[in-house]
Amino acid sequence: MTDKAQFQFTLNGKEHTGEAEPRLLLVDYLRHEIGLTGSHVGCEHGVCGACTILMDGQAVRSCLMFAVQADGHDVRTVESLGTMDAMHPLQEAFREAHGLQCGFCTPGFLMTLVPYLEEHSNPSEDDIRHAISGNICRCTGYQHIVDAVLLAARKMNA
Amino acid sequence: MKPASFKYLAPDSLAEALALRAEHGDDAKALAGGQSLIPAMNFRVAQPSLLVDLNKINELRYIRREGNELRIGAMTTQSAVERNDLVAKHQPLLFETVPFVAHPQIRNRGTLGGSLAHADPAAEMPVVALALDAKFKAQSKDGERWIPAKEFFQGFFTVDLQPTEYLTEIAYPDLPARTGWCFMEVARRHGDYAMCGIAALVTLDAKGICEKARLVYLNVGDGPVDASRTAALLTGQAITDEAMRAAADKAAGDEMNPFGSVHASPEYQKHLARVLTRRALKTAHERALTAH
Ligand SMILES: Cc1cc2nc3c(=O)[nH]c(=O)nc-3n(C[C@H](O)[C@H](O)[C@H](O)COP(=O)(O)OP(=O)(O)OC[C@H]3O[C@@H](n4cnc5c(N)ncnc54)[C@H](O)[C@@H]3O)c2cc1C
Ligand code: FES
Ligand code: FES
Repeated sequence: MTDKAQFQFTLNGKEHTGEAEPRLLLVDYLRHEIGLTGSHVGCEHGVCGACTILMDGQAVRSCLMFAVQADGHDVRTVESLGTMDAMHPLQEAFREAHGLQCGFCTPGFLMTLVPYLEEHSNPSEDDIRHAISGNICRCTGYQHIVDAVLLAARKMNA
Repeated sequence: MKPASFKYLAPDSLAEALALRAEHGDDAKALAGGQSLIPAMNFRVAQPSLLVDLNKINELRYIRREGNELRIGAMTTQSAVERNDLVAKHQPLLFETVPFVAHPQIRNRGTLGGSLAHADPAAEMPVVALALDAKFKAQSKDGERWIPAKEFFQGFFTVDLQPTEYLTEIAYPDLPARTGWCFMEVARRHGDYAMCGIAALVTLDAKGICEKARLVYLNVGDGPVDASRTAALLTGQAITDEAMRAAADKAAGDEMNPFGSVHASPEYQKHLARVLTRRALKTAHERALTAH
């Protein structure tokens, strides 16, 4: 056992102080130590995208970072997006366009797409397929996800 | 926990990082973007005893002009390179290629220096650096040295860095006048490591004859593969369909040795190399005709 490292970061808008062994992955820290189980763990080597979160506003893999590396940064997980009563327009669009079936991949898609839609307000179907190329979904066949993103863009532009 | 335990240090200056490197040598493994190292640690293929996290060293994140070179700090992320106006203006080949490296979420963490120091034979950045004759700055506590791309890449995941050195900067010289460029690859899914890829450069003389060509490939050998004999044959020739076809056959036939994988046999990789060579030469040639 190595010594625990102390760290401090902003988590979903609130200051967070924590400690962990340096080898603890950020996604495991979020899920097991804090109980934020929205970020999922599919592959643990960067391929599936289920663990995607925002760090300083940018989508990153939380399975390819150590928790201690969040020190000093702004971390947002899917839990920060919306509530059951007030969903984010992207979440609404996923529900309306059937952008999910089992939902395992969904948090990663959402956290990939939130910054993407902020930068690209009017993406084409092709652009969207490129944007989600780093996220794997085993259920939907992607078509409904693409539809959901097109719908979300319309909602967010309205 | 997935990775084996290690000691973690995150210095916030290069001087401190180099002091740690001097003290611990190869044990002081650099943690750059972690996008290759952490997967390897999660599988316990890599079990470093000490990680020196370079992410707090802001002095290693920059993109600037110096004379006729573009200088990029080793810790500059691949996304920062992809979005930079200086790169777009002065290094069109690099600019065109970065979006092929992995997925957006990986490029947000992955660094240019990490990609080059890692030297995966299937990686895009080493191929581009070699095609452009980039230079690499290695720094130790006691000084620095510059290494040409040709000497930096030494085969399978191996580069010319001493146990006391970190890679700190990469210098890309401007393209010569009347030079066209092109990068192409074939991957099963955009962002995955490609089965074959090529960076091509064509420099024309005032009469439109090829003065110099460069053909560098990924994933067809133990590092970036420079088909220099084929490129030399193009010198002094008009870039006709016939010349491009002959170059493609020679490069694929004589100058590469792909390993094959479950997804692509060596024969298929060579087939891809042939097709990509023709296409990339054509585009590079067209661009050279309109370049200044
Ligand atoms: C799903 C997935 C797909 C990918 N697809 C591609 C792809 O298609 N093409 C591609 O090129 N890459 C791909 N990558 C790899 C990615 O580009 C990595 O970011 C890159 O190879 C390594 O950069 P890094 O900054 O993450 O380095 P790290 O992973 O932190 O380090 C890699 C190695 O380099 C050493 N190192 C890093 N920086 C320095 C330095 N300054 N001095 C000395 N040594 C140093 C480290 O000690 C380590 O051994 C992929 C990764 C994933 C997870
Ligand atoms: S769990 Fe992180 S990318 Fe698959
Ligand atoms: S909805 Fe099941 S994996 Fe995407």
